[in-house]
Amino acid sequence: MTAVRDGLLHIVRAGALTTVQDAGRPGWAHLGVGRAGALDAPAARLANRLLGNPPGAAVLETTVTGCAVRPGRTVVAVVGGAGSRVTVDGRPVAWGAAVRVPAGAVLDVGPALNGVRGYLAFAGGLEPEPVLGSRSADLLSGLGPAPLAEGDTLPLGEPAGEPPEGEGPTPWPGAPAELVLPLHLGPRHAWFTAAALRTLTTAAYRVSPHSNRIGLRTEGPALARARDGELPSEGMVLGAVQVPPDGRPVVFLNDHPTTGGYPVVGVVPETALAGAAQAVPGTRVRFVRA
Amino acid sequence: MSRGDDGTEVREVRVLPAGAHALLVELADGQHAEAFHAELLRRRDRGALPGVREIVPGARTVLLDGIEDHRCRGGRVPTARDRLARELVSWTLPPLRREVRDAVEIPVVYDGPDLAEVAALWGVGVDEVPALHSRTAFRVAFCGFAPGFGYLTGLPERLHVPRRASPRTRVPAGALALAGPYTGVYPRPSPGGWQLIGRMVDPAALWDPGREPAALLGPGTRVRFVAAEPVPVSLPRTESCR
Repeated sequence: MTAVRDGLLHIVRAGALTTVQDAGRPGWAHLGVGRAGALDAPAARLANRLLGNPPGAAVLETTVTGCAVRPGRTVVAVVGGAGSRVTVDGRPVAWGAAVRVPAGAVLDVGPALNGVRGYLAFAGGLEPEPVLGSRSADLLSGLGPAPLAEGDTLPLGEPAGEPPEGEGPTPWPGAPAELVLPLHLGPRHAWFTAAALRTLTTAAYRVSPHSNRIGLRTEGPALARARDGELPSEGMVLGAVQVPPDGRPVVFLNDHPTTGGYPVVGVVPETALAGAAQAVPGTRVRFVRA
Repeated sequence: MSRGDDGTEVREVRVLPAGAHALLVELADGQHAEAFHAELLRRRDRGALPGVREIVPGARTVLLDGIEDHRCRGGRVPTARDRLARELVSWTLPPLRREVRDAVEIPVVYDGPDLAEVAALWGVGVDEVPALHSRTAFRVAFCGFAPGFGYLTGLPERLHVPRRASPRTRVPAGALALAGPYTGVYPRPSPGGWQLIGRMVDPAALWDPGREPAALLGPGTRVRFVAAEPVPVSLPRTESCR
């Protein structure tokens, strides 16, 4: 194969779901535009830091099956987040550390060995056209670059900073064996029975395979409502634990709707959501009062 | 609770926590929520609000999210949030402006598939629906559902209509729709259960992220619909010359 000499990143294998993500699009919820952004924000920031990028430079977020890309010019890249086997033109290279990818070589990120979401960062970042100040794909509202498909290309940015030197091994948190989510009750915990609130903080829930970038769905005992009826649409925050009619809590992640009509029993702090991004289906979930 | 020209205190208000950095303020009804939202924006514009990342109005609520607090006492609940929670219950709300002066005018063709059903629900003839709807002074109460989708209030209660019994799998972009107290225009094709009474002549104007502001119908925007004649569909000249 002839090397493509250009400033583009070519998608060779898109994987199950690979999207462009940065620090997201806060400040537009009043127009119905959600936050979006990397689900495991600390992992995306760390990958950028290892390359000397600004913390909010755009990266690729992969889901379970990894992806493969071919840069049109030589780039330095970091693969982090979910652990995986990484190769350049078939040769194993380091995961979680800066690697050089020659122009035209294929950087392959294998399936997640632990965790769900991998992050591919490139020195200089990815530079598709920003929408409302962000390059993040929002899968609910359809803003930002569409999920990647084989044959797509993305502009690579010019590296600006130098990677930090002299750092020891980088601590990447792995996928949680058990997902412990601190919970601030409210705003609508009064819509649930006292028994339901006890159940919520004592029962073992599990991560549902139907989880996505909109929310971490759970399997477990249903929460009984103390009052029926519909809640008129109201604003929703990141980390809101919404309880739909089936009674199983859903933890809102970055592509959550900005308003909703099901009661929110409590809110998980943003700092606890990176674990939710990496918890594989079946992982035990415990909600604990914050 | 009544509201005179001299404004009113926000009495029936509940302030609910929504995590450590957000408050959900619940008002007595949609009217008060709109007035409270307007007051929040006025205070923000004159620098009389603490830093708040998002002010998100809802049907009967306003969410204040991302309340900045640089002084958390030993990791306990942020003080700015609690200070604001105590303060806002004593605010006085000036009456809401709903007049059509300076309103955004939206040309629409009243030819929706549910026109006859809405006319029947309103107890008027089909030809009276456009006049009743277009003489209403609307205001965007809140957004949601999709970027650029505004929930417009202003229809008197006797003109409120239920959602359709079975939602449509696809409503075209620009469809002018009614449900409950709300009027809305679909910014993009999507499933929908609202009653369709017409279509916006230029639906692309609703949402353009490259424009400032991106949404034609942001919260607080006053709106008037203007009945337009249907434009006859004609083949472009290049087509007909072939």
